[in-house]
Amino acid sequence: MSNNTYKLIQGNEACVEGALAAGMRFYAGYPITPSTEIAEISAQKLPVVDGKFIQMEDEIASIAAIIGGSLAGLKSMTATSGPGFSLMQENIGYAAIAEIPCVIVNVQRGGPSTGMPTSPAQGDVMQAKWGTHGDHPAVALTPNSVQETYEYTIKAFNIAEKYRTPVILLMDETVGHMREKLQFNDSSEIEIIDRKKPTCSPEEYMAYKPDEDMIPKMASFGEGYRYHVTGLTHGEDGFPTNNNEISGKLIQRITDKIEKNIDDMSYYDEYKMEDAEIAIVAYGGVSRSAKSAVDEIRKKGIKIGLFRPITIWPFLEKQIKSVSEKVDKIYVAEMNLGQYSLEVERVACKSCTVNKINKVNGELITPQEIIDAVTGGRE
Amino acid sequence: MSNKNDNKVLLQNKDWCKGCGVCVGFCPTKTLIIENDKCIIAYPEKCIFCGQCELRCPDNAIWITAGGKENEQ
Amino acid sequence: MNCSDITKKYYRVQKLTHIWCPGCGHGTLMNTVIRAIDKLGLNKDDVVVVSGIGCSSRAPGYMDFNTLHTTHGRALAFATGIKMANPKLHVIVIMGDGDSSAIGGNHLIHAARRNIDITTIVFNNNIYGMTGGQYSPTTPTADFATTAPFGNIDVPFDLCKLAQGAGATFVGRATAYHAPLMQKLIEKGLQNKGFSFIEGLSLCPTYYGRKNKKGNAFNMHSYFKDNCVDLKVVQKNPEKGENKILIGEFFNGPKPEYTESYQVIVDKFKELRRD
Repeated sequence: MSNNTYKLIQGNEACVEGALAAGMRFYAGYPITPSTEIAEISAQKLPVVDGKFIQMEDEIASIAAIIGGSLAGLKSMTATSGPGFSLMQENIGYAAIAEIPCVIVNVQRGGPSTGMPTSPAQGDVMQAKWGTHGDHPAVALTPNSVQETYEYTIKAFNIAEKYRTPVILLMDETVGHMREKLQFNDSSEIEIIDRKKPTCSPEEYMAYKPDEDMIPKMASFGEGYRYHVTGLTHGEDGFPTNNNEISGKLIQRITDKIEKNIDDMSYYDEYKMEDAEIAIVAYGGVSRSAKSAVDEIRKKGIKIGLFRPITIWPFLEKQIKSVSEKVDKIYVAEMNLGQYSLEVERVACKSCTVNKINKVNGELITPQEIIDAVTGGRE
Repeated sequence: MSNKNDNKVLLQNKDWCKGCGVCVGFCPTKTLIIENDKCIIAYPEKCIFCGQCELRCPDNAIWITAGGKENEQ
Repeated sequence: MNCSDITKKYYRVQKLTHIWCPGCGHGTLMNTVIRAIDKLGLNKDDVVVVSGIGCSSRAPGYMDFNTLHTTHGRALAFATGIKMANPKLHVIVIMGDGDSSAIGGNHLIHAARRNIDITTIVFNNNIYGMTGGQYSPTTPTADFATTAPFGNIDVPFDLCKLAQGAGATFVGRATAYHAPLMQKLIEKGLQNKGFSFIEGLSLCPTYYGRKNKKGNAFNMHSYFKDNCVDLKVVQKNPEKGENKILIGEFFNGPKPEYTESYQVIVDKFKELRRD
């Protein structure tokens, strides 16, 4: 018998519960709507479990602090929204090249700039992939419910730890502030992954020498392995280099370790796709409207289904391609002016038509709007 | 004559020396000179082991040791 | 390796010689940090040295500790995370003048305000050296830089006053010439349980020196020798401080340390769990 318990909570609170279940013991953040509850609840709960919370002076400092915390051995997280996410880009790149596991939550709101602080949006999809400069790996997960927020926060930590990379939990205001039933899983049933640690002697330790899985073992500062960490391109010993071959190899490896392991982090959901001739592709808050729209449209005898990516990055190329080969039409519904749809078009355009349903006024796309777009407004 | 400096030796690592001349400037006994853009311990017999050179050499390229070591010039 | 015992013990000698220009004061200042650590007998495994970006930021790469070369201006924010996560570590931050007070100014004042136990050492050479000689927040008014071709109209920061005003509990200044004083201040900074700020006036003969006709490295050292006066002297004879650069220990006023204050909260919950 499992000891599952239930609670009615908010998405942002579920994020903290998931993080704690995953082993988060350090949180650094800066208040910003609509993510602030994540900081508040972390401040409340972390000291209870011997963890640490700090409110930093800005978002740049927040992500810098969690990278430091992670290097010193604690699983670390920060949370923010668009304007703060923009400030964090610099050190997301740092975490990527220095291969420091950490989780960055972005509860998306209307942008650009200050935009619409209390309204949902999904305008940061491309930023989650390309926000920081240079080529780098990107992992972003998009839950669409309170339960998923809990579960995918745990998965975000696991991916970060396993692959030594920053992972972005790309929520939106709808999911962050909705209240639903959360089922807490028995802790024995939750898979928790911790970073690989060196077992060799400090003299033998090469901080950036990858194992066969492309991932180097990570010692914490203070454990006797004195090594160097830098945001400059570096050799396997961790020290900066301008050597073209070594630099190129490093950037290729940190990208490959994610891209070549995409199957290990490909999360998605399909709804009524078995016989579908039309597919809606939607994620996050919008996917809830899309699901409802699928049910309504099916009542009209149209064979329609929903493909819902949970892993936004790396892009689920294989799955989207397979959807495109099965259906005649894809509708990508998202609260931006067409971001994820660009990727869908790239892989699907040879097999089917790709249409876009977009909205950027701070309101969730409604089921009716999707129904109208698909049926041409005919009732 | 015997004094506490008997077993001290002034040593240098020429590979590390960048020839900035800080040690030469601070040497009170003109033990050091610059030659071909490197510091040279030209007159080791003049050295009083005051440590001014070691204290300010930015490159750890000159130092006093308690003796017994070869000067690998 | 052909070097002194202390160099062998504390440096990654295979990485030397360092990248700094001939006569750069940073090497001299880096040695004062090493000597202070040696004097206090800190365990190398427990020492973390964090830096930002710029000439100064290259120091940790040569030093045989846990070393972290971060992004421009952010060293203190990374260091804060490290200290929070493992308060047992001795965390030292080395920054430059632009690094600490321009792009990193906000992090500096807030780390000082929290009084988190980090020893911050600024290698102040009055210029952006790594990018080729632009004026920084500590370039004196009327001096020249590549971006101040007609003379600098900015007014420079007094970094020590800035740090003290923000809440640092140990503050002092020395120069590359005054290496023994610098070492002493770093020792005291490391012993202070709180945020310590030590400004080390460095010299950049290549850019700042050349642009402002300050002569060679020895001339620039000599300038420090002739133009600096210790606060203790000035306190007795105020006229001796006129038009001089003040050095010495400026402030030592312990206050509750940040990670210790946080630990009090954590411990309360531990007690509750025991009850």
